[in-house]
Amino acid sequence: MTAVETASERAQRAARPKLLPARLRAALPRTRLLTTLTAASLFALWWLAAHYAWVNPLFLPSPKAVWDAFVRTATVGYQGSLLHEHLIASLYRVLAGYALACLVGIPLGIVMGLSRDVKAVFDPVIEFYRPLPPLALYTLIVMWLGIGDASKVAILFLAALPPLTISSMHAAASVDPRYVKAAKSLGANSRQLFRHVFLPACMPGICTGMRISLGFTYTVLVAAEIVAATAGLGWMIWDASKFLLGDIVIMGLFVLAFTGMALDFLIRLAERALTPWRFR
Amino acid sequence: MSAGRDAMSMPPPLPVPTHLAPTPGRGRLQLKDISIAYGEGAARRTVVERFDLDVEPGEFVCVLGPSGCGKSTVLNAVAGFVPAARGLLEVDGETIQGPGADRGMVFQQATLFPWKSVLENVAFGPLMSTGSTSTAEQRARTFLSLVGLAAFEKHYPSELSGGMQQRVGIARALANYPRVLLMDEPFGALDAQTRAMMQEALLNIWAEFRTTVLFITHDIEEAIFLGDRVVVMSANPGRIVADIRVDIPRPRTPEVQFSETFLAIKRECFAHIRSETLKAFAHQQNATALS
Ligand SMILES: Nc1ncnc2c1ncn2[C@@H]1O[C@H](COP(=O)(O)OP(=O)(O)OP(=O)(O)O)[C@@H](O)[C@H]1O
Ligand SMILES: [Mg+2]
Repeated sequence: MTAVETASERAQRAARPKLLPARLRAALPRTRLLTTLTAASLFALWWLAAHYAWVNPLFLPSPKAVWDAFVRTATVGYQGSLLHEHLIASLYRVLAGYALACLVGIPLGIVMGLSRDVKAVFDPVIEFYRPLPPLALYTLIVMWLGIGDASKVAILFLAALPPLTISSMHAAASVDPRYVKAAKSLGANSRQLFRHVFLPACMPGICTGMRISLGFTYTVLVAAEIVAATAGLGWMIWDASKFLLGDIVIMGLFVLAFTGMALDFLIRLAERALTPWRFR
Repeated sequence: MSAGRDAMSMPPPLPVPTHLAPTPGRGRLQLKDISIAYGEGAARRTVVERFDLDVEPGEFVCVLGPSGCGKSTVLNAVAGFVPAARGLLEVDGETIQGPGADRGMVFQQATLFPWKSVLENVAFGPLMSTGSTSTAEQRARTFLSLVGLAAFEKHYPSELSGGMQQRVGIARALANYPRVLLMDEPFGALDAQTRAMMQEALLNIWAEFRTTVLFITHDIEEAIFLGDRVVVMSANPGRIVADIRVDIPRPRTPEVQFSETFLAIKRECFAHIRSETLKAFAHQQNATALS
């Protein structure tokens, strides 16, 4: 889903052949329709596979069983926690780690983009640990901080940091010098230059980093919860799989997917709010 | 579409608002014997040498010259972005020490801030100096009406045509009440029709806001149509070789281009530019042959 559509894209779309009657077309734009069709087919396939027991129901429970698992976990709970408590445990970790990383990574990246000296100090550290698989790093962090929330927030912070820092750094380093020149000749001092020119000029790049970072952090969250936890969506799935509770596992995956999509949607909203001039 | 929209939103000739008129006698620009060089050590090259220019308060001076002769360099020195190796640069007797709000700049590409609305762009200078958004926006509205774009204040720059963007750029520079307005080929990137419209618009604006203008262009006709004086620069080193007074009464209409005076000045400028361009070419070829 691209938020901005150029004139040529709009013209291309208008030129495409029309397969459906006008009224249906108006109600369902073509792409939306295709998306819906894909989802419906996959769901139908799943239902058929479960209904005719093409696959052992232990591994692939029916849609109904998964729904029941959802209702059960939401009302009775799984291993002592209700579904929303698992969800909140997970969200707390990811948002705490991510927010800390934003607070540190964005200013750090901007300063690194503006000063070669600062970049020379921090760049090797980030470039050293960035290629490490987060889980490899996590083993060490669990040794230091235990399996509680502290170690998880720490690993999520470390996972979120590089994309934020690197994109902020590039954004700050590539601010168009003509804007700086214009602002100076209009009488801006260095503080005003930063606030009115550097910061907004960096914002699109920072937003891209924020989105990439949040997506990555979220995947690391699930992995970290699988390694060591007592609550959380990732942990719930992992624990259920040990008892071959396919319905809980699949239900958990759905909740994870929808939560991830919701987070991405929220960050897109934030992007619109932070850089409104790109969405006109 | 740019030409059409510009034609529709051309500013009508307004009565002179007295609050816009700058203090009389303000804006004398003096460049005395300046030399400007780029590079360090062996790569050091003097671009402008022994350059003298005296501009009266409220005078409109156009600078012509072959490409690469140092026109932008001189302008950037007045703006305070390029230091002079020697000589004196003064505005109203004050030495130029760096960029400042007393010298407004308009660039070839309107460098409007894409993240600010048209109004916020024009309000930028006043906001920097007063710190008050309401004061700044009030002043910005005055200047937006001056360039005929009051209706577009909420738009973002990307939503305007090239000519409209350039007019916002002019309003933005003027909103600081500059002593000198520096313009570096401001209409160079526009199509011919929009360009002609913009020249007239600029003269209308200038008729109301009589600030000193230093205007760089490649276009001989543009220089004569706009300027009180046309100075022609040579290359290698950049220096003034001709200083021609344009005695065509104002207000000027596009028809003045067919007058005898205009044609005579045009012929004179043409001869200077041609011989300077030929010299610059020969110099460049020598330089390539040597290296
Ligand atoms: N930042 C710089 N560093 C080194 N040399 C430069 C720099 N800017 C300009 N020059 C050189 O100085 C000379 C004059 O450049 P300038 O831009 O002032 O010319 P100009 O008259 O404005 O040319 P044009 O008409 O093409 O815009 C050129 O030879 C150019 O290569
Ligand atoms: Mg130039």
